[in-house]
Amino acid sequence: MTVFVQTDDFDVGVQLNQLRLANPNTGALVSFVGQVRDINDGDVINTLTLEHYPGMTETALQAIEAEAKSRWDIMDSLIIHRVGTLEPLDQIVLVAVVSAHRGEAFKSCEFIMDYLKTQAPFWKKEATTQGERWVEAKLSDDLALKQWQK
Amino acid sequence: MKIKVLYFARIKEAVNYSTEEVDLPNDIVTITALKNWLALRGETWANLFSGKQVVRAAINHTLVDDLAAIQANDEVAFFPPVTGG
Repeated sequence: MTVFVQTDDFDVGVQLNQLRLANPNTGALVSFVGQVRDINDGDVINTLTLEHYPGMTETALQAIEAEAKSRWDIMDSLIIHRVGTLEPLDQIVLVAVVSAHRGEAFKSCEFIMDYLKTQAPFWKKEATTQGERWVEAKLSDDLALKQWQK
Repeated sequence: MKIKVLYFARIKEAVNYSTEEVDLPNDIVTITALKNWLALRGETWANLFSGKQVVRAAINHTLVDDLAAIQANDEVAFFPPVTGG
């Protein structure tokens, strides 16, 4: 269970191989990569800047991983989330989970992303051709979270 | 009691700083009470903390609801709904 919050980019292939090879007892690896879109709400995006709450961010992501591990039989997981100023096509986040079989890995990977979206203290600010604006939280993200609530 | 208060994202921009030490009156013991107390600081603060906007809170790095109790030396953070991922 590993968490990285960093400004640097990451190599998905290298990260997934490391996770896979470190866990010979797993038969399934599921991952999600989020990237910066070039258009949001109809406006061209020049940059996307991510602010976070150092200290709490890491704690929140570790808690989300621990919750996933308590719900599903997963062997290991990895979250890398970037902060700072990014451009369209830049990678923002990687979540990867390994388990014995695919079902647990698919479910827990989606669970981690849904929780991350609504519980981890990150905030996005877009610089568009119309100026700068904070990204608004989406109702659809809250609804996605609800499906996991016991 | 003395606590540390942190602000993030659009709230930080609105109040124009990110952190402060405050000495709370004795009757301010919950997040709700702290929000109401901060709202008395003027128009900017009233707009943020009088309930018109959703302002989330954390105490010592844990998300809490507005009924959560504050204790001396806590680190309390206020921020908008999160938008990572």
